[in-house]
Amino acid sequence: MTDKREVIIEVVDLHKYFGKLEVLKGINEKIYKGEVVSIIGPSGGGKSTFLRCLNLLEEPTKGKVFFKGEELSAKDTNLDKHRQKIGMVFQQFNVFPHLTVLDNITITPILEKKVPKAEAEAQAMKLLKTVGLEDKAKEYSRKLSGGQKQRLAIVRAMAMEPEVMLFDEPTSALDPEMVKGVLEVIERLTESGMTCIIVTHEMGFAKKASDRVIYIDGGVIAEEGTPEEVFDHPKNPRTAAFLSQVL
Amino acid sequence: MGPGVIEVFLQYWPMFLNGLLGTLKYAAIAVFFGSVLGALVAMCSLSKNKIIRFICSVYVNVLRGTPLLVQMYIAYFFVPLAFESLSFLAKEQCVILSLILNSSAYVSEIFRSGINAVDKGQTEAARSLGMTSVHCMQKIILPQAIKNILPALANEYIAMIKETSLAGTFMLYELMYTRTLLANKFLTWQPLFIIAAIYLLCTMVLSKLVGMMEKRLSVSD
Repeated sequence: MTDKREVIIEVVDLHKYFGKLEVLKGINEKIYKGEVVSIIGPSGGGKSTFLRCLNLLEEPTKGKVFFKGEELSAKDTNLDKHRQKIGMVFQQFNVFPHLTVLDNITITPILEKKVPKAEAEAQAMKLLKTVGLEDKAKEYSRKLSGGQKQRLAIVRAMAMEPEVMLFDEPTSALDPEMVKGVLEVIERLTESGMTCIIVTHEMGFAKKASDRVIYIDGGVIAEEGTPEEVFDHPKNPRTAAFLSQVL
Repeated sequence: MGPGVIEVFLQYWPMFLNGLLGTLKYAAIAVFFGSVLGALVAMCSLSKNKIIRFICSVYVNVLRGTPLLVQMYIAYFFVPLAFESLSFLAKEQCVILSLILNSSAYVSEIFRSGINAVDKGQTEAARSLGMTSVHCMQKIILPQAIKNILPALANEYIAMIKETSLAGTFMLYELMYTRTLLANKFLTWQPLFIIAAIYLLCTMVLSKLVGMMEKRLSVSD
């Protein structure tokens, strides 16, 4: 079977050690443009580490990571330039508390893409409107609630006009009543055709929103397939055991 | 016993005032240039290069692990002898240099721990957006670290006010040196209490100010 879809991220034989502990034990995977991929699995199984290797926040101990055919893990690669195209949203939001909501969004485009300030701010206001934060633009981001911070973090990444978005348990640190609002924003993003890779414990969301589900356990991809395949007919007993505990 | 403390103070207060000004000046010079040098050392000690990090840790450990008085003696007697090229330095400048170097070791640790205290997620978020490491340090990390750094730096200045008393040993005109000057007038014990009182007053007032600054900085959280 030949696949004509464009590969946006590819990892080849990815290994990651923390000291002597081998967290990733040889992962091969391709992510295609426009795909929404959910990564599920038990804690400590390597999901987040895998995601963080995709933009080299974790340096692979062995193996290669490609973004649009260019090797990010190569020593001479211009990582900053590539990272502009790979947005990331963190569990702990990581908004810049000393900056206003607006500045959180505009600072990187102005600094690194030389976007004129007025243009960057107009763009930021547009983005803030899409997540209902336009009236918070002038406030310091540390004053926002968790859900607001995470929505800000998402549009901050979007302002760089990325080609792929990585989500690292984006709702795990939120109060329950905040989860829905954030998931709605992510879902809208997935529907707009953005390539998304989402590490999540929200199984309902993973099942509904993703094209493909990857189950990572013990540092390897133990199973992958469409949501129906993985959730309804898991082939690997470990997947089945995991799902029976969380569903 | 001779005249009382108050009498001595009333008679010689301009001498003590000059001494105090010298103390404040030397402490300011030490902390200011120590901060410039210390910032550099801190940046190097956060470097990825193991050799640079090792050199920094030796520098900091030697300067913090040996008494300032010993460092001053070495600067005063040994450095001008051993390094011809440094002979343009007056003896006084050698002593000031040792104050600066000593301060830089402490300040570098203040910077380093202030920077390390900023949540690692801030760096990760900035770098994941594609921000360069220099911009990330300038615009994201340092503005947040400054809150931890400023009070500690002010405390370093307070500590330095006391440390500079050692410079009087090398005839630099600071507060402690007034004791030597007055001892020549057979006033042996009175100046000590006056000097102690002035040091105490200075450090207490400045500590109070630092406390107020800390409060104001934490309000903005």
